[in-house]
Amino acid sequence: MTTQILIAGFGGQGVLFAGKFLAYKALLENKQLSWLPSYGPEMRGGTANCSVIISDEPVGSPIVSKPDVLIVMNLPSLDKYEDAVVPGGKIFVDSTLIERKVNRTDVEVHYIPATKLANDINAPTLANMIMIGKVIKETGVVPYDNIDKALDKVVSARKAALKEINFKALDTGYNN
Amino acid sequence: MAEKVLMKGNEAIAEAAIRAGCLHYFGYPITPQTELAAYMAKRMPKIEGGVFLQAESEIAAINMVYGVASTGKRVMTSSSSPGVSLKQEGISYIAGADLPALIVNVQRGGPGLGGIQPSQSDYFQATKGGGHGDYHLIVLTPASVQEMADLTGLAFDLADKYRMPAMLLADGTMGQMMEPVELPETAPEMIEKPWAVTGTKMQRKHNIINSLYLVPEELEKTNFERYERYAQVEKNEVRYEEYMMDDAEICVVAFGIAARVSRNAVVEARKQGIKAGLIRPITIWPFPKEAIAKAATHCKEIISVELSMGQMIEDIALASECRVPVTLCNRAGGMIPSPDQVFDSIKKAAGGNK
Repeated sequence: MTTQILIAGFGGQGVLFAGKFLAYKALLENKQLSWLPSYGPEMRGGTANCSVIISDEPVGSPIVSKPDVLIVMNLPSLDKYEDAVVPGGKIFVDSTLIERKVNRTDVEVHYIPATKLANDINAPTLANMIMIGKVIKETGVVPYDNIDKALDKVVSARKAALKEINFKALDTGYNN
Repeated sequence: MAEKVLMKGNEAIAEAAIRAGCLHYFGYPITPQTELAAYMAKRMPKIEGGVFLQAESEIAAINMVYGVASTGKRVMTSSSSPGVSLKQEGISYIAGADLPALIVNVQRGGPGLGGIQPSQSDYFQATKGGGHGDYHLIVLTPASVQEMADLTGLAFDLADKYRMPAMLLADGTMGQMMEPVELPETAPEMIEKPWAVTGTKMQRKHNIINSLYLVPEELEKTNFERYERYAQVEKNEVRYEEYMMDDAEICVVAFGIAARVSRNAVVEARKQGIKAGLIRPITIWPFPKEAIAKAATHCKEIISVELSMGQMIEDIALASECRVPVTLCNRAGGMIPSPDQVFDSIKKAAGGNK
């Protein structure tokens, strides 16, 4: 079983962080994985994406060109990657920021008002983790139990105070 | 067994180098290898005897490497393509003075200032000289973050053993990606370096590190002796990996990120009944000539997959003695071939004849 995940949005939305979190959770589950960021002359507000592959087998190419799971957090990303998703794949849309619907009819689509939910729980920068919570629920790509252990890996000790709110964001997404 | 951690390829090289006993790093920042220098900047000051120095230029950095290498200490520099071009003079001097050192090139697209996306177009520079004069580097090409770490340690060992500089030739993808990696927990065995300039304490004759020989007979002698050592490297240190090659009819040759992509294509070809296989050189100097020659006896075509306009393809053609067609499947300028592109090349080579 191999799941190819592409997460895309604006720089500053935590797209790379969300991918890193999934990667660590996969590592803790003894899965094979790769994480590859887009890199370049990027800046806050520019586009950013990252490829995460989680597998039971050694990972071949780390570049995700045909995602099984697409997570989009802005309209340009949906426009760019919608057609790349494999038939039967899953698309997760932050419906607060993306007003249009997905055109494809051969994929499973989840609309999550992640940015609104993030504001509701007073964590306006954590729409990314709300999306990830939902993705874990709907794909089962990694189990949800012991999710806080993976947070320990990505939230540095210096920012330990942020762990709780990240956990809350994940939970909000998972139970949405 | 050590715990697996997630690291970027660039960071894995840095940590592996420190664990291999390299306490001297000199460099100058450039994308896409900057995390390596950044990691060193953070770690080195915390280690006893550790030195991180951001030089005023790449040329200064490589000459600092030359200096430390003369003392027999493990030393390295890292850069990306345009920066490595600047280092070539110093690399030639280090090779000419028979000193071990590690140079890391996390390649980006060229020529010129080029771009910052991944490339493999410094193959010629790495394997055919780059600087002036007759010399070689041991060139290792990692294809995973684990290998970024493992080959770093190996590069230091081989450089010491054969008294020659080694190069880790990676690319932007390998540098930027994260994968689980297990780092070595025990310090490597260091060999004696009686040639090093460490101060005679009036106890022995002084050592001289030099690459200048004005008497041609003497200079010729150093060249011949050096090439005897290179012959040993070619005999003992060739490394490569084969995948599905036993009954292969189409042979794909690729290293680094191109090998990762090609492996997907070979898997797909096998699914569709095409007998494809992959040879992944881990050392590109010395080049796995025998593996290629053997493939040429049972494959009807060899495909070189490269992120360049076709450089390794020349070594493949030489090694296979052109007994079978050698074709190129490539992207350049920072683009990466897709598994589909490689698969199409395999299909074309198979001629629809499964």
